Amino acid sequence: MIRNDVAITPELVKEHGLKPDEYDRFVKLIGREPTLTELGIVSAMWNEHCSYKSSRIHLRGLPTKAPWVIQGPGENAGVIDIGDGLACIFKMESHNHPSFIEPYQGAATGVGGILRDVFTMGARPIAALNFLRFGEPDHPKTPHLVSGVVAGIGGYGNSFGVPTVGGSVGFDKRYNGNILVNAMAVGLARTDEIFYAKATGIGNPIVYLGSKTGRDGIHGATMASAEFDDASEEKRPTVQVGDPFAEKLLLEACLELMKSGAVIAIQDMGAAGLTSSAVEMGAKGNLGVELDLDKVPCREEGMTAYEMMLSESQERMLMVLKPGMEKEAEAIFHKWGLDFAVIGKTTDTLRFVIKHQGEVKADLPIKELGDEAPVYDRPWVESPKQPVIAPDSVEAPLSEAEALLKLVGSPDQCSKRWVWEQYDHLILGNTVQAPGGDAAIVRVEDGPKGLALTTDVTPRYCEADPFEGGKQAVAEAWRNITAVGGLPLAITDNLNFASPERPESMGQFVGCLRGIGEACRALNFPVVSGNVSLYNETNGQGILPTPAIGGVGLVDDVTVNASIAFRNEGEAIILIGATSGWLGQSIYLRDVCGREEGAPPPVDLVQEKRNGDFIRQLIRSGQVKTVHDCSDGGIALALAEMAMAGNVGAEITAVPENMPLHAFLFGEDQARYLIAVDEDAAADILYEAGALGIPAVTLGMTGGDSLILPGQQAISVKQLKNAHESWLPEYMAGKA
Amino acid sequence: MKSAVIVFPGSNREGDVVRALKQAGSDAQKVWHAETELPKGTDLVVLPGGFSYGDYLRCGAIAGRAAVMDAVRAHAARGGLVLGICNGFQILCESGLLPGILMRNANLKFICHRQFLKVERNDTAFTRAYAQGQAIDVCVAHGEGNYTADAETLKRLEGEGLVAFRYCDAYGHVTADANRNGSMNSIAGIYSDKLNVLGMMPHPENLIEDLVGGTDGRGLFESLVSSFPRAA
Repeated sequence: MIRNDVAITPELVKEHGLKPDEYDRFVKLIGREPTLTELGIVSAMWNEHCSYKSSRIHLRGLPTKAPWVIQGPGENAGVIDIGDGLACIFKMESHNHPSFIEPYQGAATGVGGILRDVFTMGARPIAALNFLRFGEPDHPKTPHLVSGVVAGIGGYGNSFGVPTVGGSVGFDKRYNGNILVNAMAVGLARTDEIFYAKATGIGNPIVYLGSKTGRDGIHGATMASAEFDDASEEKRPTVQVGDPFAEKLLLEACLELMKSGAVIAIQDMGAAGLTSSAVEMGAKGNLGVELDLDKVPCREEGMTAYEMMLSESQERMLMVLKPGMEKEAEAIFHKWGLDFAVIGKTTDTLRFVIKHQGEVKADLPIKELGDEAPVYDRPWVESPKQPVIAPDSVEAPLSEAEALLKLVGSPDQCSKRWVWEQYDHLILGNTVQAPGGDAAIVRVEDGPKGLALTTDVTPRYCEADPFEGGKQAVAEAWRNITAVGGLPLAITDNLNFASPERPESMGQFVGCLRGIGEACRALNFPVVSGNVSLYNETNGQGILPTPAIGGVGLVDDVTVNASIAFRNEGEAIILIGATSGWLGQSIYLRDVCGREEGAPPPVDLVQEKRNGDFIRQLIRSGQVKTVHDCSDGGIALALAEMAMAGNVGAEITAVPENMPLHAFLFGEDQARYLIAVDEDAAADILYEAGALGIPAVTLGMTGGDSLILPGQQAISVKQLKNAHESWLPEYMAGKA
Repeated sequence: MKSAVIVFPGSNREGDVVRALKQAGSDAQKVWHAETELPKGTDLVVLPGGFSYGDYLRCGAIAGRAAVMDAVRAHAARGGLVLGICNGFQILCESGLLPGILMRNANLKFICHRQFLKVERNDTAFTRAYAQGQAIDVCVAHGEGNYTADAETLKRLEGEGLVAFRYCDAYGHVTADANRNGSMNSIAGIYSDKLNVLGMMPHPENLIEDLVGGTDGRGLFESLVSSFPRAA
């Protein structure tokens, strides 16, 4: 029988992040008082991070299927078929709380965790991306956090050997006490060589692989499921420490072992470590699991069963092997200098049994640990609708040229070169489009295919109108992939929100999810993996609702693509899509006028699809090589970015008739792209667009060394670049 | 031409350099660090980029003492060609095959960007496909590429024409701005006394196709292959 050394008090239950009714539910489930180890296990399984208890019922509304989807949510990562017998495996995950407490290690292990999710399924990682949000630049902590997070992402990815090809960096006071660090990894595998977590067979050996287990990260997942307060700094010991060298060895050893045919099931030890991985493998396979913790390779002496089950030491894997293949597997792991130990077996009891030093420390029903986790339909309220701001009601405090110069050098819109130059974005020799464009492109093996990759969301839109904001996040990812010539295939979502226990933030979550679902359905762009990060708030101040979308698209012929740079002088600049001069929630309204208000631009998904399909066809037929989507900062900022990327100026001559110039230039209407083409080709394109009912208008011509907006003083491209490139390095050097 | 690309635990650009060698026409194979001999008939040994042993000690220090390095030293002593790129350059310095050391970059950060190099001489097995003084467009990706040596060594390198490449601008001018990691004399790569060992921080192996940025890196691999007349 199981012996109980520690009395389970209400205080102990609270320390484990369980609510009294959740604890009662657990006691009823097992029919007795749990041991301390069992309490630790259930707290790890039933926290928000692992159980999705507040989000689960809403996640069900997302579309997850398409003919090319091989594996949707529920595995380590999503899998899509990209043809030629190849699969793309990808996922995005947050490491927000650890990165705030210890930015270098928090970000590094975020990258490590997501890479592991991808290669656990048998894929070799070929690209990494990220989505980062920091507090306002003036906040004393911000530079230190930026510096640490960027170094941590680079430190891990560079050493591991994956190119970090894209991402997003932004600042807002709402992230002052709770930054966002979301990391995405993309890998390649053969469609017939994908590995899953589901264990099969009774009495098969369960092996432990990788680094040794230490006391780091104990209760990391529980920390990620609580809001922050001023004492959060004291949680530093719950942040794990990453070792990219060990991960690189683990990657090579795992892929080699998978090739040998010895692997039945595999699960990485991420959040909640050994507990979560073992339970998942057993529960998915309808099998019990018995572990003997005396066999677990430990880094420290005297570790208890409780500590081993909850450790979040990094770079570890759990596998079910084919019986009789242990020796072969061990030889591969020893070649790579990694630990290998048979620590248990599968059983037919459907129990999760933990033994340590001759005693049973836990004996729990394995299916119920996952299936019977509490599910909440939390109360929520709809966010109040914001008024629509009429274009002509907004006064222009600056000339359009001055406003543009201000925006290109602003913290959110400035060049992020200082960041991405710290990431090795060229390793593997397949980076066709590096950071700085709409979407990155990496070639698949030796071609001709490529993958278009992006991470997007506009949090201020999501707060002003969660439904439209959710739609816009998906539409923007779809548009960015389209703008380089990719066919958008699927997304991974990283849903960062404040406490689900407040009806207002729960309402933001529900609204955004509905918007995401609607856009995914309309654009045939299903969700195949994701991560929910709730409780992103400090002392009651929630973050902006930030459902980051990681999009993956397919480029059939990687030599036929488009980029944002103006290539030649004398090309016609054409705007595709309708312009109403929408200034509500625009960057112009916020950063030039100092007003954070209004309804965000609505997203018409029919127009979005029609306009995007038109652009993609223009790129794929070779008619267009220069494309940029219009997003933050509208037409004006897009033009400036195109000029800077190509070192070619432009003169804009089209003047709007029914709206002020600043609304025309800086409005953020959706579903729009700018293209630049030979004058000869322009007439055909305008005609084709007209035939399809797509608004298309020539704005002006490329040429010269300045950008000239209608009736405005010329701004030299050099001046734009100085403003664009200088803010971040100067800020990080303490000068801005 | 037969090349052996040594793989240490933590190497990560071995695939990139194998691709470049094969494109140039070399028979390239990977060799595990625990081997004590090079494959028979090896003409060129390549130490690829990466983070051998995690670079947790001084970069390249552990790999410089790996089993296979005795064979690499013997190959070099016989006059055989050895190319070390990035971490490979660091390993060559740590193993005694090249003088000096690579310190932390001047800004103390990892940097990855396109970079022009001035080809100092084109009469070696590594550079004959380039013109002397040519500015080639390749890339760097390193945290510790700041070449440092004592005054005497530096004087000897310069005096004997052993500097292979210097960081420069697009026009071949060796400027302070172009030397972002802070290397002494803007040194990006050096030769051994007999010109048969080359260590360089930048990555020519990543610039071998127009699709991924350009082809200026090809010349180095083509030079090496053309140094070996095809076996009759």
